[in-house]
Amino acid sequence: MSTGEKYLWAAYLVVFAAVLLYVVLISLKVGRLERELASLAELARDRETRGG
Amino acid sequence: MTGYLGDVAALARKDLLVELRTRDTVPAMLLFVVAALVVFHFALPAESSRLAASGMLWIALLFTALLALVRAFVGERDQGTLDGLILAPCDRSAIWLGKTLSVLAFLLFAEAVALPAFALFYEHVTWELVAGVALANVGIAAVGTLLGAMAAAARARELLLPLLFLPVAIPLVVGGVGATVADDPGRYLAFLALYDLIFAILSWASFEYVVTE
Amino acid sequence: MSTSLRNNGAALLSLTAAALLVAGLSLAIFWAPEDADQGISQKIFYVHVPVALTSYAAFFWAAWKALRLLWKGDERHDLESYTAVHMGVIFGVLTLVTGSIWAKVSWGQWWVWSERQLTLFLILFLFYSAYFMLRYSTDPGPRRSRTSAVYALFGVALIPVSFMAIRLAEGLIHPVVFKRDGPDMEGSMFLTFCVCLAAMLALAGALYLTELSGKRADASLRELRERLA
Repeated sequence: MSTGEKYLWAAYLVVFAAVLLYVVLISLKVGRLERELASLAELARDRETRGG
Repeated sequence: MTGYLGDVAALARKDLLVELRTRDTVPAMLLFVVAALVVFHFALPAESSRLAASGMLWIALLFTALLALVRAFVGERDQGTLDGLILAPCDRSAIWLGKTLSVLAFLLFAEAVALPAFALFYEHVTWELVAGVALANVGIAAVGTLLGAMAAAARARELLLPLLFLPVAIPLVVGGVGATVADDPGRYLAFLALYDLIFAILSWASFEYVVTE
Repeated sequence: MSTSLRNNGAALLSLTAAALLVAGLSLAIFWAPEDADQGISQKIFYVHVPVALTSYAAFFWAAWKALRLLWKGDERHDLESYTAVHMGVIFGVLTLVTGSIWAKVSWGQWWVWSERQLTLFLILFLFYSAYFMLRYSTDPGPRRSRTSAVYALFGVALIPVSFMAIRLAEGLIHPVVFKRDGPDMEGSMFLTFCVCLAAMLALAGALYLTELSGKRADASLRELRERLA
């Protein structure tokens, strides 16, 4: 592979990697949101049983 | 209209009177700009060109201006008088204009010392440099006052204001240095005037959105 | 925009983006001709410029939403403007990185001040990074929304002014002039470029909608917690 080709792949891969990194971060966020939602559902249930 | 200008004059006068009494800001600015010019002498390599010295002057002016801008809203914040100003029956943008004029005055005081010092330490001051400084002052005061108001509402405001200010100040540095060293300073002075026009109007129009709760 | 519409839009846009990206990059690698002067490295152009233009588009979108916020006072536009700035910065960083790679392969240096677009992006990166500093150090509320909106508007005013400044600055400092001959865009190159541009815009749009959903869900959950706790 010539030098030019190496740098070309580097540039394309950087963009690809950035998108993948973004996907990872978003999925972490979704996980956090799910946990928060579960905890709030729990709270709501407690309220109900306590006679709200 | 006299109501508006009257408000502006009253606000600017208030800031200048406070400064006259407390002498918090301007002496520090004077000392800082001279100290900076001295430091730059030691920072510049021996064969530095005229360009380098002029560049250093503009850096000194920029950071001296930041001193004034950081302090511009400190008084209001500490005494809680900003809320009082907002509630006052004057146009919010008048607050901006009054503040900008007082900052401008502080800058002029500082430059009255800085430019002779520069002439003494480095090289003589041309009328193009003075024109550039005058035009840049307007831009610095206008944008700086608005950004200062933004930072005033935030935590770590002394750190935040330089971060907000420096990127926006880059065109001013280009214009100022260009006016000083280029063969055709007119282009750079015209550019400074354009910058002033655009950003002064923007700052004037958007100030009220930044200060109201 | 209702939640379901936004989510369906995000899914659709993601699919479109994926298809366009595959198409665009395939065209770039396999079909577009090699540049006579620069060789194969010229093809970095097909990611670098679309990413740069997408970044500009994101900043303009942020400014538009900021204007709407100030005009109408609708708080919903705050998150939209914020997310758009975030997109702009992400694509801006990608512009700087791909531009740097291109500079290295073209001239052997990772950075050249004579590249006007890159210098402009550097200034914008500094400016919009300060946007995040501003948001993080201000307490949430209408004041933060309005302040952020004004700052986002200043950003787009800064773009042309900075570009002028950069051009003027070239007259002062005499850099070793590194100039790259712009590709004479023949038809196949232009088509490839357009597909790649569309791909990047679609990608930014998909990421924007996804992130916006996440932020809105965050806000809703926070509100819910306050009600329940």
